[in-house]
Amino acid sequence: MPDPSTFRKFVEVGRVVLLKKGPHAGKTATIVEIIDHNRALIDGPTTGVPRQSFPYRHLVLTTFVVKDLPRAAGTPVVKKYIEKSEVDAKWAATSWAKRREIVERRKKLSDFERFKVMLGKRQRRDKVRKTVCSLRKN
Amino acid sequence: MARTHNPKTHLAPHIERKSRTQKAQKRGAHKGPKKAAAAAKDEIAPHKEVTVGGANNGQTRLVPTQKAPRYYPAEDVKRPKKHRKTNHPTRLRGSLTPGQIVILLAGRFKGKRVVFLKQLPSGLLLVTGPYKVNGVPLKRVNQAYVIATSTKVDIDGIELDESINDSYFSKPKSTSPKSKEEEYFSGGKPTTKEAHPAEKAKLQKDVDAKVIDAIKKVDNLGKYLKASWGLSKGQFPHTLSF
Repeated sequence: MPDPSTFRKFVEVGRVVLLKKGPHAGKTATIVEIIDHNRALIDGPTTGVPRQSFPYRHLVLTTFVVKDLPRAAGTPVVKKYIEKSEVDAKWAATSWAKRREIVERRKKLSDFERFKVMLGKRQRRDKVRKTVCSLRKN
Repeated sequence: MARTHNPKTHLAPHIERKSRTQKAQKRGAHKGPKKAAAAAKDEIAPHKEVTVGGANNGQTRLVPTQKAPRYYPAEDVKRPKKHRKTNHPTRLRGSLTPGQIVILLAGRFKGKRVVFLKQLPSGLLLVTGPYKVNGVPLKRVNQAYVIATSTKVDIDGIELDESINDSYFSKPKSTSPKSKEEEYFSGGKPTTKEAHPAEKAKLQKDVDAKVIDAIKKVDNLGKYLKASWGLSKGQFPHTLSF
């Protein structure tokens, strides 16, 4: 028997992926079928990603797999399996997804909002320094 | 005589600039044939008959009613070219509405965040700091040198004084017509600076009072206007949202 692989994430049917490019960049989808060593058929009925072939170099593998997803399943079946495995909720709970959301929100801030963030940061810095100072003295 | 080529109507000899349809459109052919010719003016007979004395003169003679000019200009009189263009008022950028906070990008006050009050007839934007907040007085700026932010101050009720128009910003005639030479020989003392007119200072205060009231209603907005804007490392204006 060969040794188990040290890799944790594989390109496989049911693998949840994050799209890096294209009109749906930033959304997650699931690999439904592997087309060749460059592309996979992906589908994201719960995230609004239409069924399409997608190059691997434009997606990132996540740690989640939709369990027991049959090969080349149609969109309704994919949807059923995704909902059953609750990968969307699991993905949203990761620090990766949360961090992405924060970065996205920061990017959309207006000039005034950016200024208010700066004020908040300044306040935080002030508090931290003062407490550190007082602790050092004691 | 060979046909001369007219570059106004022809691209090249025998190739006309406008198509048949375009010519018809220009002629207004779609309006139908012209209805009636304009009422004819009373024609003045070019000549009148005058009786002449003298047996050999044939009794009558045709004399022109209007004498030909005795003087003829040797050189052609230059006529100014006809202008068919009109000055259209400057269109305000879609992202700009009165009360909006804008960032000045050029001039003495570049980097300052100011309140946009209205567009003047000259097309320039009337802005104010307000003066008390960030030192920017009532000022005209070109909208091209401004970044419009999405932040807005509620200045709906504000009525601006009539006297704040384009002429308000014109330079006053200097009261000391001293030449440089005169100044030099009078000991090189620079002329004393004229004080800012009191009425302008008052107008500034009046306008600003209302704007400041509106600013105070929003938390940190005063601080925001007081701070100046700039780009830090890794920031690019086209990727930022304002």
